[in-house]
Amino acid sequence: MKKLSTIIAGAAVGVLALSACGQEGAPEPAAGGGGGGEAPEYEVAEDVDLSDSPTWEAANSAGTLTIGVKKDQPGLGNQEPGSDVPEGFDIEIAKIVAGSLGFSPDQIEWTETVSANREPFLQQGNVDMVVATYTINDERKKVVDFAGPYYVAGQDLLVAADSDIASPEDIGGKTVCSVDGSTPAQNIEEEYSDAELVTYDAYSKCVTDLQSGSVDAVTTDDAILRGYAAQYEGEFSVVGEPFTDEPYGVGLPQDDDALRDAVNDALEASMEDGTWTEAFEYTLGDSSDVEQPEVDRY
Amino acid sequence: MNPLIQTFLSGTWGTLALFGVTLVGCLIGGTILAAMRVSPVPILRGAAAAYVDVVRNTPLTLVMFFCVFGLPYLDIRFGSTAGMNSFVLACIALTAYTSCFIAETLRSGIATVPVGQAEAARAVGLGFGQVLSFVVLPQAFRTVIPPLGSVIIAMLKNTSIASAFNNRELISAMRNAIEVRGDIVIPLLLATALIYLVLALGLGRIFAYLEKKLVILR
Repeated sequence: MKKLSTIIAGAAVGVLALSACGQEGAPEPAAGGGGGGEAPEYEVAEDVDLSDSPTWEAANSAGTLTIGVKKDQPGLGNQEPGSDVPEGFDIEIAKIVAGSLGFSPDQIEWTETVSANREPFLQQGNVDMVVATYTINDERKKVVDFAGPYYVAGQDLLVAADSDIASPEDIGGKTVCSVDGSTPAQNIEEEYSDAELVTYDAYSKCVTDLQSGSVDAVTTDDAILRGYAAQYEGEFSVVGEPFTDEPYGVGLPQDDDALRDAVNDALEASMEDGTWTEAFEYTLGDSSDVEQPEVDRY
Repeated sequence: MNPLIQTFLSGTWGTLALFGVTLVGCLIGGTILAAMRVSPVPILRGAAAAYVDVVRNTPLTLVMFFCVFGLPYLDIRFGSTAGMNSFVLACIALTAYTSCFIAETLRSGIATVPVGQAEAARAVGLGFGQVLSFVVLPQAFRTVIPPLGSVIIAMLKNTSIASAFNNRELISAMRNAIEVRGDIVIPLLLATALIYLVLALGLGRIFAYLEKKLVILR
C-alpha cells in the first residue's frame, strides 16, 4: 500500500513538474480576479540546513516538499477547472515558506486536503505541511503544531448587491447558506439560531442558490467571500462586518520544533519585507485595511 | 450531555428520518413499478422498463442533483422552510432511485410464482389487480426477503448522500464533530462507521426474523 501510494505520489509529482514548466512565463491573473498584476516571485534560499528537522530532511532528500492545500476556495486555495496548479493567498504563503526552506515552486507537490483529513495527513506524513484555511485552535494543537498565524480571517456574509442585509443582526428570519459541518455553519446554528441555515458540501452550491435567490446570504470566512465577490463583481457584495476571529496557521507535524521556528521566521520576514503584502494584493486585493497578525510562538 | 454524543444522536435521528420515509416510499413505488412491468398493458410495461433503465443507471448523486436543483426550477417546493423542502426532495430522490431496485427484486420473486396459479386465479374470475395482490405478490414478497434486505440496507447507507444537499444526518454530524475535535479524527470516523454498522446490523436482524417467519417452504 505504502509502495503504491509512493508510486502514485511520484506520478503526481511528475505531472506537476511538467505542468509547472508549461505555466512558466504566462502568469494567470489572480485567482478569482481578486487582486491582479504580475505574479510575485519569491526568493528561494540556498544552502538551507535544517538537519534538526526530520520533516525537512526527508523532503530535502526527496527533492520535493509536499504541501496540503484546499482547491475549492477562491482567493485562498483554488484550482480552476483545466488548470494544473492551485492559486490563492494560501498558495502564495506556501510558496514563500517553501522558498525560505530552499524549495522552489516547481519542487512543491500540491496535495488536496479537505477539512476532515488535514490532521490525519500531517500525523501520517502524507504531507509535510498544511496551508489550507487552517484555523488554529486548542483541540488541533493536541495533534499538530501550528506556525503563524499568517492571516486572521473572520466570518462574514456574502449577499446580493441589492440586499437589505447590512450587518449580522439582520439575518434573523433569512436563509443563510454555508458548508455542512463547517465552523461558520455551526456558529450560525448556535449564535444566530433565528436565521435558517442551509448547508451543502461546497460553497459553489451556496453561490448558485444565492444567485437564484433561494438563499439570502452565504456565510464563511471573509477571505473566501471576497474571492466570490470579486468573481461575481456587481452581483454580490461582502457585508464587511466580520463577527468571529479565525487565525489561519501553517499546520506542521507535531514536535518538529526546528521546522516550526523556520516557518515562523519565514512568515515574520515576509511580513517585514513586503512579500506578504505583495502576495495578498496579488490574490485577495487591496490590503490597506488589513492588519498583519503577530506570529504566535506558543 | 457530552456535545459530541448529542451531535451524533441528532445525526442518527436525521438518518433514521430519511430512511423511514424513503422505506415507505420505495416499497410502494417498487411494488407499483413491478406491477407495471408484469401488467398486460404494453404501454405500462414499456414505461416501467424505461424508467428503471434510466434511473437505475444514473448515479444517486445525480438523481439528487436533479431533484434538489431541478425541481425548484419548475417551481416545485415542499414545506415552508428550506430544511423541510430539502428533506422532502432528498426523500423523493432516494425513493425514485431505490424503487427501481425494489421493483427488479420483486420481479424476480414474481417469476418464481408458477404461472398456473395466476391462470387458476383468472379462471375463478379474479381481475389482474386481484390476481396480483391476493395471489402473486404475497408469495413474491416472501420469496425475495433476503435480497430485499440487501437493497434496503444499501438504501440506509445511501441516505448519506443527502448530507451534501442540506440535510443534517450522520455524515453531517461526523463533519461537525471533526471540525470541533480535530485531535480525534480517526476515532470519529470509526464511531460514524460503527453507528452505520449498528443500524445496518439491526436491519439485517429484522430481515432474518421476517425470513424465518414468512419464508415459503417448497
